[in-house]
Amino acid sequence: MAKKKKSLTYEFTKGIVKENPLLVLLLGTCPALAVTTSAWNGVGMGLATIFVLVLSNLVISALRNVIPDRVRIPSYITIIASLVTILHLLLQAYLPDLNKSLGIFIPLITVNCIILGRAEAFANRRTVLESIFDGLGMGVGFTLALFIIGAIREILGAGTFFGLALPFVGGDNMLQPILIFSLPPGGFAIFGLLIALSQKLSNRLYAQTPATTLDREHYPGSVLEGSAFGADGRLAYPADDRRSSGSSVGSSASKDLSDESED
Amino acid sequence: MVDIAKILFTVILINNIVLSQFLGVCSFLGLTTNLKNSMGMSLAVIFVMVVSSAITHPIYTFLLVPNSLEYLQTVVFILVIASAVQVLEAIIKKIMPPLYKAMGIYLPLITTNCAILGIMLLNIQESYTFFQAIINGFGAGISYMLAMFLFAGVRQKMAEAKIPEFFKGMPSVLVAAAIVSVSFNGFKGVIENIFS
Repeated sequence: MAKKKKSLTYEFTKGIVKENPLLVLLLGTCPALAVTTSAWNGVGMGLATIFVLVLSNLVISALRNVIPDRVRIPSYITIIASLVTILHLLLQAYLPDLNKSLGIFIPLITVNCIILGRAEAFANRRTVLESIFDGLGMGVGFTLALFIIGAIREILGAGTFFGLALPFVGGDNMLQPILIFSLPPGGFAIFGLLIALSQKLSNRLYAQTPATTLDREHYPGSVLEGSAFGADGRLAYPADDRRSSGSSVGSSASKDLSDESED
Repeated sequence: MVDIAKILFTVILINNIVLSQFLGVCSFLGLTTNLKNSMGMSLAVIFVMVVSSAITHPIYTFLLVPNSLEYLQTVVFILVIASAVQVLEAIIKKIMPPLYKAMGIYLPLITTNCAILGIMLLNIQESYTFFQAIINGFGAGISYMLAMFLFAGVRQKMAEAKIPEFFKGMPSVLVAAAIVSVSFNGFKGVIENIFS
């Protein structure tokens, strides 16, 4: 029992730092760049993604023995799209302001690589409880990263933090906001600098090769470095996610395996 | 005519789909490692973009709106795109093997490319007519191609550059994307003077 609990904690925490979906796995870059013009937008987008990610992990994991293997990707997309529709209606009803500022990127959560990626790499072969914790962890990691990018861009680009004016910015003889950080180029630049920072930190923490060289082939839709293609030139959906993570993050793989042998 | 020119100009240069609207950034970062990949992916995107625009717009206007089912647009559109991709793949494979060879492997990736779903939703949001929606879809494809081509060139130059240890890989690519994106900011405000 204690072992089980530890494993759940691990599923939760791995998404926050070690396998942070945005900064390490580089998934979900579109919303990360587009909506992070302010800290509140970043957090709002993150919370919306948590909602969809946890529920889609739950549903897909519960249905993992029902969905035929051949049509799983369309099934997952339909499940995710339905959840996004529910979320969209909820936001329209209760948080119209947030809905308006996130705009088109709420329906676009459907094609966020993180959600389909977790469904494919995790939820379709793990228990419901594990999948929920995995979704929560990944969602919190994504939200944190969005919050950091949003906060930096808001402070530098608009001189505010969560909409409140900072004391030393704006007036005469004071610092002026740097508009370009609110514009698209600032998004690319801040995101790039943040990944560089996280690579530096993760090198110190885990003593491994730069994190962005991780094998990402089990994420459909993420085509970084072209690794999504299998030998036959088709999109590859490897059957085992543990094998590929074993090649990159040795400690997590051995931990996973030891958990499994306990069961 | 002015109308069409305005849509094309806006979607290609001012609101460049990748560099200003951040749609399709995943594939933009992943496939610009060389010109051949960018070419194949861009072709496939243009193709699917036009076909999906032509399918989703009538479905929305004649099926969803009369039955007040507008809230189902996300589900319906993503299914249309996924099926369109499947059908297209089969057709191209049969009829035009050379074209399939050039862009076939990129087709499955397109379902999860947010540029496609994004443009379908924008077509509705901007309440374009059927014809305008197709033009917008085509323009968005060209816009994607322009960004991919420009950036593939930049990355080929970067391959020879000396980059600090922790900027190797994605960070340096993103910083370069920021600089390319600045150049597109120059077009802002131009449109009022041309088309007014």
